[in-house]
Order: sequence, then structure tokens, then C-alpha cells
Amino acid sequence: MTPALEVEDLWFSYPDGTEVLKGVDFHIHPGERVALLGPNAAGKTTLVLHLNGILTPDRGRVTVAGSPAVDENWKEIRRRTGLVFQDSDDQLFMPTVRQDVAFGPANYGLSGDELERRVSVALSAVGMAEVADRAPHHLSGGERRRVAVATVLSMQPEILVLDEPTSNLDPASRRELVDILLDLGITLLVVTHDLPYALELCPRSLLMDGGRIVADGPTAELLSDRQLLAAHRLELPFGFDPAFTRRS
Amino acid sequence: MSGGHAHALHLHGHSPVHNLAPQTKLVALALFIAAVVITPRQAVWAFGVYAGLVLLILVAAEVPAGFFLRRIAIEIPFVAFALLLPFVGRPPRLAVGPLAFSTEGLWGAWTILVKGTLGVSASVLLAATTEIPDLLSGLDRLRAPRLFTAIAGFMVRYLDVVSNELGRMRTAMAARGYAPRWWWQNKAPATAAGALFIRSYERGERVYQAMAARGFTGTMPALQSTPVPPRTWWVALSLPALALVVALIALVTQ
Repeated sequence: MTPALEVEDLWFSYPDGTEVLKGVDFHIHPGERVALLGPNAAGKTTLVLHLNGILTPDRGRVTVAGSPAVDENWKEIRRRTGLVFQDSDDQLFMPTVRQDVAFGPANYGLSGDELERRVSVALSAVGMAEVADRAPHHLSGGERRRVAVATVLSMQPEILVLDEPTSNLDPASRRELVDILLDLGITLLVVTHDLPYALELCPRSLLMDGGRIVADGPTAELLSDRQLLAAHRLELPFGFDPAFTRRS
Repeated sequence: MSGGHAHALHLHGHSPVHNLAPQTKLVALALFIAAVVITPRQAVWAFGVYAGLVLLILVAAEVPAGFFLRRIAIEIPFVAFALLLPFVGRPPRLAVGPLAFSTEGLWGAWTILVKGTLGVSASVLLAATTEIPDLLSGLDRLRAPRLFTAIAGFMVRYLDVVSNELGRMRTAMAARGYAPRWWWQNKAPATAAGALFIRSYERGERVYQAMAARGFTGTMPALQSTPVPPRTWWVALSLPALALVVALIALVTQ
């Protein structure tokens, strides 16, 4: 089976010489939901920007559903990898929600009824059809995050990559976002240091630190390994024990 | 989060004027202003007709007079300048009691006052009856350069975001006892302005990344807008057409 996402020996340093990725290796199969865990400055966001060709690696390879992320097919790669950024104010830049959700597919030449249909399907999938004509800055944080997900769903991606999806969300909005993401049934890579969220949403986790993947396995197992977590500056919230958690 | 759900100039409503397609209103506004501008200043009656047309739209759009008057107050600084003209203009002068007004200056003040007020009134009515996103799609429909509508759109979108950031910085300063009184206490706001600039610049980079991630190639896609039937154009343009006829009569008969 062709992996939905394959990252092979990825190296990257910023122009100032800071080495951020030092040989990242993993792959994700279609339909999997995977959490990418790691402390601040582990290189998570830098890795994410490689997944749809916004940053180009110094060495190594990213392949999305069989297509290598190289200059010749960057446009197709960007369609296949749907990135949802950490700050929804960065993601939603058009005057209305409808125009924002249409932005992606319109860049791929869709127009008229077909575009209209994509927009309404994507907005319905996140339960936001009724805000289509509102301005993004008039929505609540949770609503904005859901619309942000719709802006990439409308491009029909192979894999959805969310960078810190729970930042600045209240508990109810977190819960709604989990439900929506589970309902989508799409391949997910969730970048986070919100460990309970990872456990709730993703059966499998990757642990990244110092520009490498240092652990890869079932989320519940990873989170039960206190030594591993402590070694990589990750901590479970007070009173939280993954062993007692079962999603119904 | 800042409060209001629309910009301060907009008045939510469903009047016939609200419902007109934005592109027709934009063209109507441009034509009306052109008619006002080309009318010779001596044709006082013509300006009376224009004022009547503005009043007609005001009523049709169900805009309350108080709302309208408060918003056209924006022209006061410009009008204040016009009021000086009768005193500083060249002779001949017109003596009224102890004062002597320059006739040339009086005409100058009249022109600025009447043309300015008519232009501002019509613009305020457009803003009151049209949401900003609709204005932008109307401009796009009229083939305004995509770059222009995109920049205007970003400005509208991020004005709130940036002013919220500024608000948070001011709160943070006030929370630490900053209560400036004298000019030499201005270091903190100056630093904040710099920080705001850097933050906005960085946000610009992140927004660009988000655009690139969705296949942006350097050309903004067309904003959705629908063409309007000729009848709508006729309705929207009937008033400015009348104004243009009046302007032409005034030009010919002066």
C-alpha cells in the first residue's frame, strides 16, 4: 500500500545556520491518525512546512500519496497536504468565510457551481455552513478553527496536517473539534504538545526531539512511559493517567 | 475581540438601496460625483436638485437622519478651511455691516462646501448600504486591478487583528503603571509601535505561507460575484443620469 505520507532522512537548517531537522524518518498509511509530539523547538513546525513544499529540505525526501515533493509538482503536493496553521488569523485572510474556503480550490482552477459545491460541502463537514457570509474576524476562536479546517478540506487533501489545533481553544471547542476530526475519516497528522488530546484523537504517536523522531508507537504506550516523556520535556497534566482512559 | 459586527459606517438593513448590486452602486456614485463636480458654481438651482436626489436615496435606504449627519461630520475639518476663504480672498469685497467679504472667496467657500457635502453625503450613503466584502467584489466585478482589491481586502481583514494587538499592548503597559503625561515619557509607545510593526510583518509572512499552502501562485482568484440584469443597472443609474442631465443643462445655460 502506498503510504499517504512518507518522510525519508529529512535534513534542514535555516539560513542562519541553525540545524532544525537532523534526519527525520517516518511514514503514515492512509486512514491513520497520528500525533506528532514534542517539546517547544523540537522542529515540529519546520517539519510541517516541509510536508507541502513551503520549505525545501537540504537533504532527504517527502512523498505525499506517491508523489515526491519536488519543484515540478509542488502545486499538486500542496493540494494533497492540507495544512491547518496554529493561528487561525493567519489562515483566514479573505473578507468572508465563503471566499476563504473558496480560495484553495479557486487556485486550482475551479469556478462556478463546482466551486460553490466544494465550499458548501467543506463548510457542512465542520458544521459551519451558516457562517458562510460572515467575516472571519467576527467568529469565535473555536468557530475560526473549524472554518480553518474547512479551508483545506475544500481542496480534498489526501492528508490533513494540523499544527497545535487546540491552542487558545476552550474545553467545549476542543471537544467539538475532536468530534469533527473523527467524523471526517481522513488521514490525520496532529502536531501538538497537548498529550491528552493526542491520546483522544490519535491511536499512534511520533515523538520528536532535537530534530529527530525519537519514538514511534501506540499513543497510550508512549504516554505511559514516564521516563521517555521526562527525557524529552513532555509532561502529562496533573492527575492524568493514560491507563485509565478509554474513549467510548 | 473588538465588538461590532460590521464597520462603523454600515447600517444593517434590507431596503431597495441595500439590495442593489454593489457594482451598480459604485458606478452610480462615481457618475453622481462627476455630475456634481462639472456643474458650474453659479447654478445654485442644480445643487438644489442634487440635494433632493441625495435626500430621496436617504429616505429610500431607510437611513436615520442622525446616523447620516454624524457620519458626514467627517468633512468638517475641510469645510473649516473653506470658511476662511471669504476673509482672505482677493477683492472686490462685499461689505456686510462691519465685515468685508471677498466675493471671489465667498464663491470659493460655497463651491467647496456644496460640492464637498454632496460628495461626502453620497459616499456615506454607499457605505451605509453596502458591506465591505460586497464593495470589494463589486470593484472586482468592475475589473478593478485584483492587486488593489486584494490589498484593500487584507487591510479590512487585519485592521481588527492589529488594533486588538495594539490594545493588548496598551493594556499591558497600563497594567504596569504606565500613565504618560509629558512628551519625554513617549519611549514606551514608540517601542510598542516598533514591536507592532515587527509583529505585523511576521504575521504577513505567516499569512503568505498559509496562502502558499493552498496553492497561491501570485494571482488572487476572482471574488464570487454575480452579473446583474440590465434592469438593475437602469434602476441604479437613473438617479445619476438625472444628475448628469441637470449638470449639462447648467453648463449650457450658464
